[in-house]
Amino acid sequence: MGKIIVVTSGKGGVGKTTTSASFATGLAKRGNKTVVIDFDVGLRNLDLIMGCERRVVYDFVNVLNNEASLKQALIKDKRCDNLFVLPASQTRDKDALTQEGVGRVLDELKEDFDYIVCDSPAGIEKGAVMALYFADEALIVTNPEVSSVRDSDRILGILAAKSRRAEQGDDPIKEHLVITRYSPKRVEMGEMLSVEDVQELLSIPLIGVIPESEAVLSASNSGVPVIHDEPSSSGQAYTDVVSRFMGEDKPMRFLEAEKKGLLKRIFGT
Amino acid sequence: MPGEIIKNGEISLQTEVTESIKTPQKNNSAVELKGSVFTLPILHLQATSIPAIEVDLLTHLSKARKFFENAPVVIDLKSIAKVEQDFDFHGLMKLLSQQRLIPVGVKNGSNQQNALAVSAGLAILKGGISPPDVEEKPIIKEKPAFATDNAIKDSTPVVVAEPDKTKVVTQPVRSGQQVYAKGGDLIILAPVNHGAEIIADGNIHIYSTMRGRALAGVRGDVNANIFCQSMEAELVAIAGNFRVFEEDMPAEIKSKSVRIHLDNEQLVITQI
Repeated sequence: MGKIIVVTSGKGGVGKTTTSASFATGLAKRGNKTVVIDFDVGLRNLDLIMGCERRVVYDFVNVLNNEASLKQALIKDKRCDNLFVLPASQTRDKDALTQEGVGRVLDELKEDFDYIVCDSPAGIEKGAVMALYFADEALIVTNPEVSSVRDSDRILGILAAKSRRAEQGDDPIKEHLVITRYSPKRVEMGEMLSVEDVQELLSIPLIGVIPESEAVLSASNSGVPVIHDEPSSSGQAYTDVVSRFMGEDKPMRFLEAEKKGLLKRIFGT
Repeated sequence: MPGEIIKNGEISLQTEVTESIKTPQKNNSAVELKGSVFTLPILHLQATSIPAIEVDLLTHLSKARKFFENAPVVIDLKSIAKVEQDFDFHGLMKLLSQQRLIPVGVKNGSNQQNALAVSAGLAILKGGISPPDVEEKPIIKEKPAFATDNAIKDSTPVVVAEPDKTKVVTQPVRSGQQVYAKGGDLIILAPVNHGAEIIADGNIHIYSTMRGRALAGVRGDVNANIFCQSMEAELVAIAGNFRVFEEDMPAEIKSKSVRIHLDNEQLVITQI
């Protein structure tokens, strides 16, 4: 039986879709059969970041409404054999997500897949609640700034109160903290919250810190999840996240600002 | 002691803290205007007919006749604010004075009702902190919070208060969450985050960082305490006396273990 992982944050623009795409790709690269679902019905971003937007024929809402089968709607990733994308619909709104429908589709996916990654929309409304309702584990994506941390705290409260596991009194959803857009230099200057600050405020285990990097933007624009960009710090940080998720013990990286060497200091480059 | 909220029938009484505006004045003037916080009984009107109100009011007053003698009351019009027909404030004032109650103002009225109230000599009250709504149990029979010891002896105790219940929370209380320990103490073994609200009829203990809002003794228990291991609260309140902290938390209590209690209606925060 597959495991359902929701990628959520409360706040928008913190890197949920980037994280979903790279995390799902990382899981698939390690040989796990993985599907990533876009719950942001009405907006659609995941297929762009995964670089499969031109291959979208049927979407999640079509499957929910029995207008298409899962087999028709799932898009196979062109880079990874084990990875599939279930795109969102751009012509519908989030009311199309019903609990029974989503539950049915997820149950069906659980039969075939090892991991089902749910890319949540921002906010705490229906779309976000539907994305987290059936989850077994959660990646909480947070930027090191106060409003993002506050919203993540709010969504953690909702995970603990409104999920199926909470309603049925099962073991709670396992929570993992992913800090994105981290800039050690700005932390040193006191402009950003440090990893310790964020962790203390949210009090959940940290699974990875993704450094702020230009590679993320260019990866998104070219439709290749940044985890494929192996030389980049962000790509490596996502690889670490996946390794830690699979139970490996990896030390945290990219937490310190790069020290300028003597020559660099002299020549100022 | 827990308070009284009676919600059967057409009217109900509950306490509420109303804060007046502070106007600093020089000492050598003939008058001095100062703000103070009072606990007032609120009369919730759920019907507009004066005879109907009279019947239910008498039933309620008979439970603690002495206590309500010459008591100031605030009239809450929330439930009847949508009623189009003019409300008979003069009739209500007459009824209340017959029952030796002193109406001081109205709240939650419509514009029209407010105008009528003002012409009947009543003030319009805004704001105020109500005790949390008790929806799941419409009838709670407990001793009045605002009663002094004498009043309790004089009045017929309606029903014995529920035994104290302590609520223990082991998970973090997060932004937007609210925990209420009804009729007892609240013990929290995890952080209370910004934007979270913890409420107890009795004491509150936080064996972690307190960043949210803590309200102890919400039904008027002035002997309630708040204890916390690391004080970073946004707001603390005991029996309706509250203090808000913005960026101005004094260094001697910030992030320290503190006890918060009431001394003469003043909140006192001391390091422990």
